[in-house]
This record gives sequence, C-alpha cells and structure tokens, in this order.
Amino acid sequence: MSEEVRNAEYLLDCENISKSFGGTHALKGVQLHVKPGEVHALLGENGAGKSTLMKCIIGLLKPDDGTIYFDGKPFQAKGPVDAINAGISMIHQELNPEPHLTIAENIFLNREDVRGIFLDKKKQNQRAQVILDNFHMNYPAQTKISALTLAEVQMIEIIKAVSTQAKLIIMDEPTSSLDSHETDRLFEVIRDLKAKGVAIIYISHRMEEIFQICDTVSVFRDGTFINSMPLKEVSRDTLISMMVGRKVTNIFPKVDCNIGDVVFKAENISGKGFKDISFEVHAGEILGFSGLVGSGRSETMRAIFGLDPLYGGKMYLDGKEIHNKNPRDAIRKGIAMVNEDRKNYGLCLTRSIRENISLPNLPAKQKGLLINRKREKIDCEEYASQVHLKAASIEHDAFSLSGGNQQKVVVAKWIMANPKLLILDEPTRGVDVGAKSEIHSLMCQFAAEGLAIIMISSELPEVMGMSDRVIVYHEGSISGEFKREEIVNERVSQEDILARAFGA
Amino acid sequence: MSQSKVGSISRQDMINDLLGKYGIGVVMLIMMAVISIMEPAFLTGRNIINVATQISINGLLTYGLCLSITTGGIDLSVGAQLALTSCMIGVCLRDGMPVALACLAGIGIATLFGFINGILIAKFNMFPFVVTLSTQLVIRGLSQVISNGQAIPITSDAFKEIYSGKFLGIPIPIVIFVLITIIMYLMLHWTRFGRYIFAVGGNVNAAIASGISRFWVLVGVYTISGILSGIASIIFTAKTGSAQSNIGIGYETDAVAASVLGGTSFAGGIATIPGDILGIFIIGFIYNGMNMLGVSSYYQSVVKGCIIIGAVLMDMVMIRRKR
Repeated sequence: MSEEVRNAEYLLDCENISKSFGGTHALKGVQLHVKPGEVHALLGENGAGKSTLMKCIIGLLKPDDGTIYFDGKPFQAKGPVDAINAGISMIHQELNPEPHLTIAENIFLNREDVRGIFLDKKKQNQRAQVILDNFHMNYPAQTKISALTLAEVQMIEIIKAVSTQAKLIIMDEPTSSLDSHETDRLFEVIRDLKAKGVAIIYISHRMEEIFQICDTVSVFRDGTFINSMPLKEVSRDTLISMMVGRKVTNIFPKVDCNIGDVVFKAENISGKGFKDISFEVHAGEILGFSGLVGSGRSETMRAIFGLDPLYGGKMYLDGKEIHNKNPRDAIRKGIAMVNEDRKNYGLCLTRSIRENISLPNLPAKQKGLLINRKREKIDCEEYASQVHLKAASIEHDAFSLSGGNQQKVVVAKWIMANPKLLILDEPTRGVDVGAKSEIHSLMCQFAAEGLAIIMISSELPEVMGMSDRVIVYHEGSISGEFKREEIVNERVSQEDILARAFGA
Repeated sequence: MSQSKVGSISRQDMINDLLGKYGIGVVMLIMMAVISIMEPAFLTGRNIINVATQISINGLLTYGLCLSITTGGIDLSVGAQLALTSCMIGVCLRDGMPVALACLAGIGIATLFGFINGILIAKFNMFPFVVTLSTQLVIRGLSQVISNGQAIPITSDAFKEIYSGKFLGIPIPIVIFVLITIIMYLMLHWTRFGRYIFAVGGNVNAAIASGISRFWVLVGVYTISGILSGIASIIFTAKTGSAQSNIGIGYETDAVAASVLGGTSFAGGIATIPGDILGIFIIGFIYNGMNMLGVSSYYQSVVKGCIIIGAVLMDMVMIRRKR
C-alpha cells in the first residue's frame, strides 16, 4: 500500500494514460499533474485528446492503461457521481441543467434535503440562498433555471460544483458563452476558489484568458503529452508551435486548375455565431476555411445553404443576388452542401444507397407522375462508381457502409445535383486514410471541371494542402487570408494560421 | 372460380421469396394452413371473397396509418373519421342529396379534418399522438352533433349497392380496395412524394438538408389518411345501412396492427405496401378464422393484442440486427 501513496505535492496525478477507440489511439501514454490551489491550463488542437483524458478522470471512460492518483491514492471513478463524491466536478461546455427546476433544486440535485421521505424544500432553499449570497448572485433560490441567462446558468453550474466540496473542478471552455464582463466575474470566482485551495483544470482555446488566469500549462498534441510548464516561463508563440509541432506527412493531390469567374460572393453577411463576413469564390477554386471549432465557420455555411437564418448582408450567385429561405431554395439555385454532421444531415441510414443519392435529384428523374426508376438506377450507379463507392449493390441500406463510403454517397448525391458551388464541411472527418485521399482527388477533379468549392476543415495540413486560398476565422470574423503561393513557398506556416485562429 | 392448386415448385419459390422479403408472409401461410385443417370451409373461394370484402374497410385505414407511422407519427383519428363521414352521408341522403354528392361531402369532411391534423402537426410541431387523440374527440363529437346522436337509417338502395353490388362479378368493396392499393403502391414506391415520406420518416434533418419540405410531406400524409378514412366509411355505411355516430370505435387499433404486422416501423422510414397487404389479410384471417372456429370474441381480442406485441418485437429485433 505504502508504495502506492504518491507524492502529496499533486492533487491529481495522471500517469501514462492510454485509450484507444477501435484502431485510433486517442491517448498515448499521457501525463497530467495538478497541484492543489493551482489553475492548470490544458491546451491542444481539436482532437488532441484533452476531452478524452477528462472523461477518463470523471469516469465516463475507462483508460486502457495507466493510473490516475487523486489525493495521493489510486483512483478510478465508475462514473461522474463517483467522481463528485470523491471531490472532482466537471463543468461541461454544453450545459444541461433542468430548465423547469429551481436554482436550489439544481444545486442539490441528487442530494436533496429530506425529512423522512419528503423533500425539505424550506431547508434546501435556505441553504441554497446562503451559497447564492456568497457568490453575490442576486436571485431568490426559488427562481427557475429557465429565467436565467446562459452566463448565469454557467455560474449556477460552478456554484453547484463548489457546493459539493469539490477539490478539483474541470472547466471545459467555460467562457465560450460569456461576455467580457461575465468572464471577469468568473475569474473572480476562480481566484476565490484558488485561495481556498481548490484546483482547477481550465480547458480553453482563448490564449489571452489562459495567460490571464492560469498558473501552469500542459500541452497535448495528437494524443500525446508534449510539455508542461509554468505560464510565466513561456510565450504565446512557443505554445502555438508546441500545439502544432507535427510534420506535414500527408501528401495532398492538389493540382492547380484554371481559376475562372466569381461564382459566389458574400457581402457583409451575419448570422448566429458570425458577423460581417465577406468573401468570394471562383470557378475551379478550392477555398479553405480554417479556424477553431465553434469559430462560426459551419454556422456561416449553414446560413448560406438556408439551414439557418441570415440576419443581414447580401449573397450573389453568378452575379445575381440570391436569398435562401431553406435548403430547397439553395439547391434549386445550384448550391450543395456536404454537412459536417453526416449522420444527422447527410443520410437516411435506413434507406438504400440509390434512394439516398437520388433524394435531392428526383425532379430530374421524373417521367410523368412517376419516377423513372430505370433511369434513376443507371444514373445512381454511374455516380456511385464516379466516387469509387465500395458497395456490393446500390440497393443495400446506407447503414451497411463504412464512414468513408457513407461520405462518398453524400458526395455522389450532391455531384448528381450538378451544383455551381459545392460546400464541404469537414469532408474527411471520421473517414479512413484511403477514402480520405480519394475524396481529396475527387475535389480536385470537380474543381478542374469548373466547380467552385468551399472546404471547411479543422485539420491544418488538409486546409493548407488542398486550398487555393485559406480564410481563417476567429470568433465569428475573418482574421486572416492566405494564398496558395504563400503556403507553397513556406512564407506562411501552420503556426501563422493557428495564430490567426487564436486571434493574434 | 375456386382456389387454384399451387404447384409444389412455385409454392416453394413463393415461400422463399416471402421469407426473404416478408417473414410475416410465412406466418400468414402457416395460419391459413392451421385454420383450414381445423375448419375446411375456411379455404373456400366463397370464404376468401368474404374475407376480402370485410378487410376492405380496415385495409384503407391501414394505408393511412402506414403513411403516418412511416413519417414517425400516428393517426388515431381514423375511427372517429368513419363516424363523422357516415353521419355526414346519412344527413345528406336523408335531405335528398344524390348519392355521388353525398359521398363527396362525406369524403370532403374527412379530408378537411385530415388536413387540419396535418397542419397542427407540421406547422406547430405538436406530437401526432396528442393532436390526433384530441381531434378524434372533436370529430366524434361533431358526428354526434350532426346526427343528434341518433342512428339515421339509409333508404337509398343505390348507396347500399356500394357494399352489396358487384362489378364484373367482383364485390365493389374489393374493387375499391384493389384500386386504392394500386394507387398507394405507386404513390409510395414510384413517386417523389413517396420517397419524401420515407426520407422525412428516416431522418428529418437530412430530408430538409436535401431540399424537402417537411411541412408539405406531413400535411399531405395526414390529408391522405383523411381521404382514405372517408372512402372506408362509405363502404362501412353502405354495409350497415345506417349512419351512426358510435361506429368505428377502436378501428385504429386494427389498422395499426395490420400496418405493423406488414413491416411498417414505428422508428419511421420503413414500410412497404405489399407488406401492408399481408398485414391486412392476417388481421382479416384472425377474425374470420376465429369466428369460424367458434372462438369467443373476448379471446379474439386477447389474441389480437398478443399478435401486435409479437409483430412489434419482431420489428425491433430486425432493426437491431440491421444496426
């Protein structure tokens, strides 16, 4: 036993943690050491393994290998409740409190005050009120959660974590829904907690905040631990290069095509999550969009495609102004979009490959009142082979296909629609290496045929390797634009793009 | 024409085909075999025609339920729709309206309420179960209002001919049923609208992102369900020879049962009209067979309930195997 007791210097001590899903190694022997009373920043690109490690700590996942020590003892939570009882609370990025419950009921959820078999609401409200007053929240404890703003809900979640006597609080992007004033308020609370000896793991993409509030930083990249150091000893640029670090090993088949006239133009468009965006894309051009997840790239494209409302601004297709009330309008005018969320917005998994490919293209397959099924079958087979779909028959359910082949079905369906502008949102996410490079080749082929292509990707090498131009997003605005020559001549590096994505 | 003997080879092929496509078809054949051994009169041409005539009402309702279930909803108002159409026709005929016009008025009012169901569900995003459970009360109440709660006897022989008459030697209800079956088959499997129903039921977000109007698909589906209930009610009213506001109670259960037996998935997005036909016949054979065997109607209800549970279980197992 005694050798199991670890250095008491650390409150949380993760050693050599590994976790894989199927063939992908999400974590490869990472470590994380958090001292009591410190605010510890966890930094890394999307997919670096931060969330996976947090899930292992609070018991949502079980690591394949390695040990977690908490308070000097080996610790493996069986689930979030177990973790809370041990003193670890996590505030998730997407909050999900019960909106119809009161503040008091939310704070004491699962540990209600009882008298006999009845809830002691009076006592519970009194206790909640004391805590609320301590945090200067001017609300009666009986207020329903639905009456609060997102920032206040965030605060309630923090209060809840604190009231469980947590020794360690994990905050995942806690400021993503807060304005600067509310962020300041949160930082005050964090400093208070720190003074009381509570440790905080702070996950954020916002560099300024990390330098403002954190003491120590650990950097992850591609599931591996890169380094850990006091923030005083490190510069922003060093952090960025540690996050990127990897060599560009992927080879992209990008060929230069003739870039023609402007096909699509956005002028000062705004919507939920993006503001005042202007750009244009030409025939034969692949325009890459880079930036962090949640920076407003997908939201922009959804609004252009008519899935979300546009608050303002103008859009032009082939020089004519267009308005897309819904995707039907967009498709009719010649815009197609491969959504990042393939399962929800891409396919009807219970229907056949044929029906999926022809779904938006049925008006063209009509003969009188009925569908010309012979024509449909021939066309679908042709497009399926054009995208190198691997399936025994196009009559099989889309469900039976692998992720890469499902994505090819989505691509086939939109190519059959013969669009002028093709929007690809994370076209190779969750797709195996072989299918990925096939999708890249297809993009080049389509561009050569004169299609204008917009590609959103969170993978820097992909954006840099495939795009004629790269637009970088930061918090709903365009923070940079780079040309292919600059990237090819190495005048622009991954670090430069990432710096823009972080708002430098 | 009595039933033709099916050669052993073609029966074998038929069984294989049914097994592959509709496992439920095998269930039907076994059922038919068992009942006909116990009661030889079951498998006579006269009885089969009798069953076919009886199932036409439930058959039409089943197609309506099949459509709404396929979009991920349900239409519980079909039973009440039978009563409203019936009373409407009864009142119209009593007031001396021509048969054709009375029928049109009956179908018209059922169509209107189907449309209202569709609007409430599609426009206001209300749960189909709640909407149709409530409109069902409204519809039945209205049928009591227009009939004063009294049965209206129907004197028009021309109208009663719709049930008892024959067209080229085939009972008219069967002719109507076959015609509607063909139309429904073409609509669901050969038109854009049918594809859109599957898409909305299978994955509504993907359907919208493919340019489909969820609104019009849902409104269309519930309106069609209304039209079909209206036509079913004409057959029903012609059969009973009187218009009553208390008919059709519980008819939605049989229609749901037939639809689910026919492979319509409550998860949405999966259904076939040939499957529905099998489901409709199975329900018909259960009633007819058990009547012939002298099973009490109390037990018939028990058997029917068990069969629905069995069919849903089978559906879930099939879906799980797929995923």
